[in-house]
Amino acid sequence: MTSVAADTQNRLQLAPREQMNIVIVGHVDHGKSTLVGRLLADSGSLPDGKLEAVQALCKRQGKLFEYAFLLDALEAERDQGITIDSARCFFKTDERDYIIIDAPGHIEFLKNMISGAARAEAAILLIDANEGVRENSRRHGYVLSMLGIRQVTVAVNKMDLVDYDQAVFDRIEEEYRAFLAGCGLVPQRFVPISARQGDNIAEPSAHMRWYKGPTILESVDLFKKAPPREDKALRVPVQDVYKFNTRGDDRRIVAGRIESGRIKVGDRVVFSPSGKGSTVASVEVFNAPATESMQAPHCVGFTLTEQIFVERGEIASHVDSAPRVSTRFRANLFWLGRKPMQKGKSYKLKLTTKEVGVHIHELLNVIDASELDSSLDKDEVGRHDVADVILETRRPVAFDLTHEFEATGRFVIVDDYDVAGGGIIREVVSDSFEGARADARRRDFEWVGGDVSRDDRAARFGHRAALVLLTGGAGVGKALIARKLERALFDAGRVAYLLDGRNVLLGLDQDIATTMDSGELVRRYAEVAHLFLDAGHLVVSTTNTFALADHGTISTLVAPAPVVLVHIGDDPPHNADLVLPAQTDPEGCVTAIRAMLREQNLVVRPPEPR
Amino acid sequence: MDHLQQLEDQSVYILREAYKHFKSLCMLWSIGKDSTVLLWLARKAFFGHVPFPLVHIDTSYKIPEMIAYRDRLAREWSLRMVVGQNREALADGMNHTRGRLACCKALKTDALRHTLDGTWPRMVMNARGQYEPEDNPEPYTGVIVGARADEEGSRSKERYFSPRDHNSDWDVADQPPELWSQFKTDFAPGTHVRIHPLLDWTEINIWEYIERENMPIIDLYFDRGEGIRYRSLGCGPCTGNIRSTARTPTEIITELRVTTIAERAGRAQDQEDPHAMEKLRREGYM
Repeated sequence: MTSVAADTQNRLQLAPREQMNIVIVGHVDHGKSTLVGRLLADSGSLPDGKLEAVQALCKRQGKLFEYAFLLDALEAERDQGITIDSARCFFKTDERDYIIIDAPGHIEFLKNMISGAARAEAAILLIDANEGVRENSRRHGYVLSMLGIRQVTVAVNKMDLVDYDQAVFDRIEEEYRAFLAGCGLVPQRFVPISARQGDNIAEPSAHMRWYKGPTILESVDLFKKAPPREDKALRVPVQDVYKFNTRGDDRRIVAGRIESGRIKVGDRVVFSPSGKGSTVASVEVFNAPATESMQAPHCVGFTLTEQIFVERGEIASHVDSAPRVSTRFRANLFWLGRKPMQKGKSYKLKLTTKEVGVHIHELLNVIDASELDSSLDKDEVGRHDVADVILETRRPVAFDLTHEFEATGRFVIVDDYDVAGGGIIREVVSDSFEGARADARRRDFEWVGGDVSRDDRAARFGHRAALVLLTGGAGVGKALIARKLERALFDAGRVAYLLDGRNVLLGLDQDIATTMDSGELVRRYAEVAHLFLDAGHLVVSTTNTFALADHGTISTLVAPAPVVLVHIGDDPPHNADLVLPAQTDPEGCVTAIRAMLREQNLVVRPPEPR
Repeated sequence: MDHLQQLEDQSVYILREAYKHFKSLCMLWSIGKDSTVLLWLARKAFFGHVPFPLVHIDTSYKIPEMIAYRDRLAREWSLRMVVGQNREALADGMNHTRGRLACCKALKTDALRHTLDGTWPRMVMNARGQYEPEDNPEPYTGVIVGARADEEGSRSKERYFSPRDHNSDWDVADQPPELWSQFKTDFAPGTHVRIHPLLDWTEINIWEYIERENMPIIDLYFDRGEGIRYRSLGCGPCTGNIRSTARTPTEIITELRVTTIAERAGRAQDQEDPHAMEKLRREGYM
């Protein structure tokens, strides 16, 4: 492989040429490696003598030469005779240079196939004419559709084994077209080939005069490069915010990749889901000409005129074309984890740069991707299954629908330490907090901040602002724990405040105390909490006054400050951060809550001495 | 779009992901062209800063100019320079005459593994440019490496974020899926992740980038008047030079476009066993 890859590539680049990543997928033993070997050889992309050397080696070892041998890069692969991972190699046509990501067809290696295919711009799906459409022909078709690969050529291989019979080809085309249509995938064309014999690879086959379409090499040249994304609305998921403070550099740089659109100095931008607004002050570069603007798909760094607190996971956009925000969306997902994805279990969602807890809110349908058979009565998503689900995140996330914006409309799910599934967002599902969220976004966008930033306060206090909400039935002792928690935090030098809902009722709510408009009471309580949180406090509160459903409204209005939910006693809500026993050991409860605040990186270190 | 720019953007994205997710992060710097480009990309990603330490495994057989060059750039670019070595094997007189692969394993693989996990001493460059032992070395959980997929077969199987178990072993057949710029950034205690921002670069891309950026690179790669240069840098005894009169990145690119000789052809350890590199890599070699 060494010399194949390096030398071929070297010779490819005499002039700047277009490059394209393609992937070849299909059921095991349907001839992927043979096709790749053929493409390298017949496109004239192998180094001189390479083909002859491998042929000579086969002769010495007393076995028949196979084109697949050209690719065997790894011991394990040779031993087992199957491609283990998405190896890369290069070939060229007059049109452009290609990197072939060869993805394994064996079901055990589906995650490798997906890893390979996810990097591809177009795909060749291989089907063995002799065996017809098989389990992984279907599964791979489905996966390509989910991965967003729209340019697909289906190669019906081993036509030599069926006497180059057009009827066999037509039957396979009819069956597979119907299946792919069910996955929402329309292939560009079907090509009958024999990779071993070289039929319809580079030259039209003399054995199949009935086929008038392009050869495989011609059909890959008919793939198109994706249109530029710089004309679409701006999307910059925030990757990080840098302030290095070394060698006299005090720039505060927001970094991210422009997934679509263009950003320029003077643009008014809004960050979702927090709703914070600011103006682009500069575009930062290193060892490159100074610039006032940058467009997709480049990585960018920019500074803002107002020092607002933004963090990784938010999406910067222009004000009039912001992404959607919700805690719920409907998605198609495929599962790769050894353990099934279960209802009621919490996972980590990674969507652009955002990481947030997620669980299945509703499991609408589980589909066996190899048959497109669905079963409505499952309560888990098994390995290699595909599901139609409504997911619920622990905190609001910003996203788009996958057909509007690919990069911000898809996600992966992490179980334990590994990516165990991936999915695409089909529709937004409204949760009950949309009104509150719109109010909060309007408020935050217009918010007048002082010169002391959230970061400044957090740096001095050694902790971030957070609302610690204690929930639980009557008589579980949460009021006592709340008082002791405020005391303990205060004694440790923290900026903590016990906000009792009743106090808001006594003062601010006087005008509506008699009508008891509960929605308005909740809103006013949350707005008061929001002021304390904006001042950097750890706000401790019990929620005797409010029903569980109102916690969502409170979370929405105080975001991005987190609400830490501590439940005392039985029947904890699914999103509780910590559950403690009722009426046993208030001091122990306080210790446990403080430990959790440290674990969640809310309390980071001792306060700055003054 | 410009292919080099695409590669740069991708590498910058990966570097920023690594910096965000790994508290104990380092970058391996061999002083060769690939990892020097990687270092330059870090300065791109972090706007002139390199916010993590650079780790160099010193086999003591490196070409002497490489060490001088390393320390000069470290001072000029305010790098946190960390050096590790297999002192025991060196005291015992290990060298390539005892078997090139055995020598590589002891002086590179073992030294790397124990430097990364903090079980052997690390030497850190201080403000005066001298090396002193690091206090309480902590294991690195993220290790940025300049491996390219086109270098040799086993590297073509790599993920951008590739987990290594507590023995630094690489389970090539069972790697986590990687899609849509969502990388493996969660890892079990005691394990670490190798990060490969240059995976999609080719040897020619490296030189095109050095040319485009007009960035510094050690001059062992250029003909300095004797009609020879190095194409790949390693230890003195095991690294051969090639006949070439290329004196600039541009001349190297011209030369590479017509060569049919593999990049690592001058690296003697590869010739001992057709699977040498894969064996070394499974055990933790970069």
